[in-house]
Amino acid sequence: MKVWPPIAATLFALFVWQIIVTLTGVQKFILPGPALVAEAWWYNRAVIAEHTLITLIEILLGMAIGTALGIATALQLATSKVARTLVQPILVFTQALPVFALAPILTLWLGFGLWSKIAMAVLIIYFPVTSAFFDGLMRTPSGYLDLAKTMQAHPSRVLWKIRVPAALPSLGAGVRLAAVYAPIGAVIGEWVGASRGLGALMIMSNGRAKTDLMFAAMLTLGVMSVLLYVCVAKLTRRLGDRET
Amino acid sequence: MTLAPSITFQGQASIEGRQLFAPLTLCLDAGRWTCLLGGSGVGKTTVLRLMADLPTGADFDGSIVATDGLPVVDRVAYMAQDDLLMPWASVEKNITLGAQLRGQTVDVVRMERLITRCGLQDHRTKKPSELSGGQRQRVALARTLMEDKPIVLLDEPFSALDAQTRAAMQNMAAELLQGRTVMVVTHDPGEAARLGHAIQVMTPAGLTAVTPPTAAVPRAVDALETLTCQSQLLTLLMGQAA
Ligand SMILES: Nc1ncnc2c1ncn2[C@@H]1O[C@H](COP(=O)(O)OP(=O)(O)O)[C@@H](O)[C@H]1O
Ligand SMILES: [Mg+2]
Repeated sequence: MKVWPPIAATLFALFVWQIIVTLTGVQKFILPGPALVAEAWWYNRAVIAEHTLITLIEILLGMAIGTALGIATALQLATSKVARTLVQPILVFTQALPVFALAPILTLWLGFGLWSKIAMAVLIIYFPVTSAFFDGLMRTPSGYLDLAKTMQAHPSRVLWKIRVPAALPSLGAGVRLAAVYAPIGAVIGEWVGASRGLGALMIMSNGRAKTDLMFAAMLTLGVMSVLLYVCVAKLTRRLGDRET
Repeated sequence: MTLAPSITFQGQASIEGRQLFAPLTLCLDAGRWTCLLGGSGVGKTTVLRLMADLPTGADFDGSIVATDGLPVVDRVAYMAQDDLLMPWASVEKNITLGAQLRGQTVDVVRMERLITRCGLQDHRTKKPSELSGGQRQRVALARTLMEDKPIVLLDEPFSALDAQTRAAMQNMAAELLQGRTVMVVTHDPGEAARLGHAIQVMTPAGLTAVTPPTAAVPRAVDALETLTCQSQLLTLLMGQAA
């Protein structure tokens, strides 16, 4: 991918933003220009870094736990018909629930610390990871299974030697989705109740009419999420390359 | 390898009440190549999959027995047109798939011999995606031989290859599968004329046996009797199509 087009587009967007702010003369606590936001970012860089680290930890732990749970569930579902009949409807039903609405109760249960945010991230990414990997496990090319059958293969060996490797690209797609959703989960958790993390910083800045700092925190979150996605995409693609 | 048995396939198959093939009797002679030749959709693959006890979507009414009275299914090695190589595994891992799937230790000596005989020495650590179609099919052949089964069922194994690669593969397979009871399903009259100790032409009406040339298998592509047999088979197929 070329680097220049997105950079040029970003600079252009910042330019338009600044023009609008300057021309309309909108008050800075309503909409600060990019120059002010940059200034606020630089002035508060130590604070922002501290909160970024907190949010990043929540996201990474949430992704690790959510992915592990998703993998375990998909393996269970793929190997047991009983599990499929019992668990699949529940799983689909929970997806129809607005998980975000659980954020306050998670805070109540797990407190204002990291764990309520991690739990939120886990809840949000669990289903995409589970369903992507499960679909992959159930869509093993039938020719492979025919071959395995003529070889008198043991079912558990078919799982680990054929079905799982054949499903790794699907799992990769699920984990990439998780990288998109996990930051949203963590930040929603922070909005509902936290003193630390980028979400908390945004709420606090908003409350004190420090709109420039709010924007600085939000843009930091955006950049971090994009970098996270790029890293995860690289890792999972490499996994896919090696395995497909 | 245990001694190769003869096999008799007898019966009919239908799909959703519609007859796929009429009652037929197909004998595979012990240690010989039987070619099952026929146009698309007459049910060749179904016959082969029934023998290998693979799912077919057809209702089979009949029997498949070996002359020695022992079960057929656990003595079958299977190879299809699609090489079915695992794209994530190296050539060596693909060749030894059977042992891995059964949890057995790999017979390394045998693997080495097959890698050499199939001309794969320079490719052992490569992934299937790095190989040509002919090389991939040689890996599939080595994997089939690694199983060391007395009965080998081949479903259009070379039909995706170009003409000269196909001829080379036919030679290699004929040599390496010697002594086994082989059934090769094909729609290519030339392949049947080169490889069959027995040739059966399959049509919706049933089987027609055609006497193959007397020369040893694999027969020369340019021998007159091979070519005569090939055109005889083609005429037979075309007559049925008309
Ligand atoms: N699983 C299935 N369900 C329904 N029809 C099938 C199925 N498998 C094969 N058929 C039909 O049975 C016929 C014979 O198939 P096949 O044995 O593959 O023929 P061939 O190998 O000679 O081309 C075809 O018309 C095909 O459409
Ligand atoms: Mg077929």
